[in-house]
Amino acid sequence: MNGSEFSWSEFFAMGGYAFFVWWSYGLTLAVIVLNIVMPVVQRKKVIKRVKRAIRREQLQE
Amino acid sequence: MWAWIQKFSSPKYFYGMSAKLIPWFAFSALLIALYGLYLGFFVAPPDYQQGESYRIIFIHVPAAWMSMFVYVVMAVSAAIGLIWQIRLADVIAAASAPIGASFTFIALVTGSLWGKPMWGTYWVWDARLTSELILLFLYFGYMALQASIEDQRMADKASGLLAIVGVVNIPIIHYSVEWWNTLHQGATVTKFDKPSIHIDMLIPLLLMALAFKLFYFAMVLVRARNEALYRDRNRRWVRELVEKL
Repeated sequence: MNGSEFSWSEFFAMGGYAFFVWWSYGLTLAVIVLNIVMPVVQRKKVIKRVKRAIRREQLQE
Repeated sequence: MWAWIQKFSSPKYFYGMSAKLIPWFAFSALLIALYGLYLGFFVAPPDYQQGESYRIIFIHVPAAWMSMFVYVVMAVSAAIGLIWQIRLADVIAAASAPIGASFTFIALVTGSLWGKPMWGTYWVWDARLTSELILLFLYFGYMALQASIEDQRMADKASGLLAIVGVVNIPIIHYSVEWWNTLHQGATVTKFDKPSIHIDMLIPLLLMALAFKLFYFAMVLVRARNEALYRDRNRRWVRELVEKL
């Protein structure tokens, strides 16, 4: 890319290191996405659990 | 003073306050990461020795820094919880562990993927790599103790103690490249004299580090809110809050 025209295929090739660079970034992205999804799921679980407990107590009364 | 701390560190108060902070942290993390990646991939020149492969640095080094930063936050929070019985501190410690483990995992995997083309091997048992792997196991140990002990106070005590003892590993990770002969290169940024890294590489590196830190702040609040709800599940404020959802 030394001043010559920019090419996407050259960019993705990463000077021959495409495998290592893109796997690094891909796995990092996957871990970050997982870190966003997991607490959302967890929150739903906690709320469900509390709601069930409230219902159970109301039935007992 | 004590009453003031009690009020602001109550999980209920925290739950309300943190909701407003999360979008700011999350959004700024995203913007800064995008700008950092743009500079890292399109402005920073190839390395004169490592060619394009060095671009892994923009996630590897921030992740490694964060793996240690989050651990220190976790251990300090656990100590505060242990000594002053501040429940929010235990919540923050518990919320930090999985995020810290994620950063450690990223640092190890990207390091491995960088090591293969540069050193010719995915893994060596040298001081830097081994101490970072021990860090991952410390996080796992903390999470296992949290998950396996039924009584929350006992769980906080046991896991907190592990976190505090494990702090000795942090300076070992940092100085491992000086104390032992290792394949891992020495520090290029966190030195007292001028960093030996090109400014066009340094700026995206620092931006990515900032983005990772803001991401941690956002996610630790998200997780701590869940943790606060779960721990106070039998208290009135949670009951009232959930009934409105």
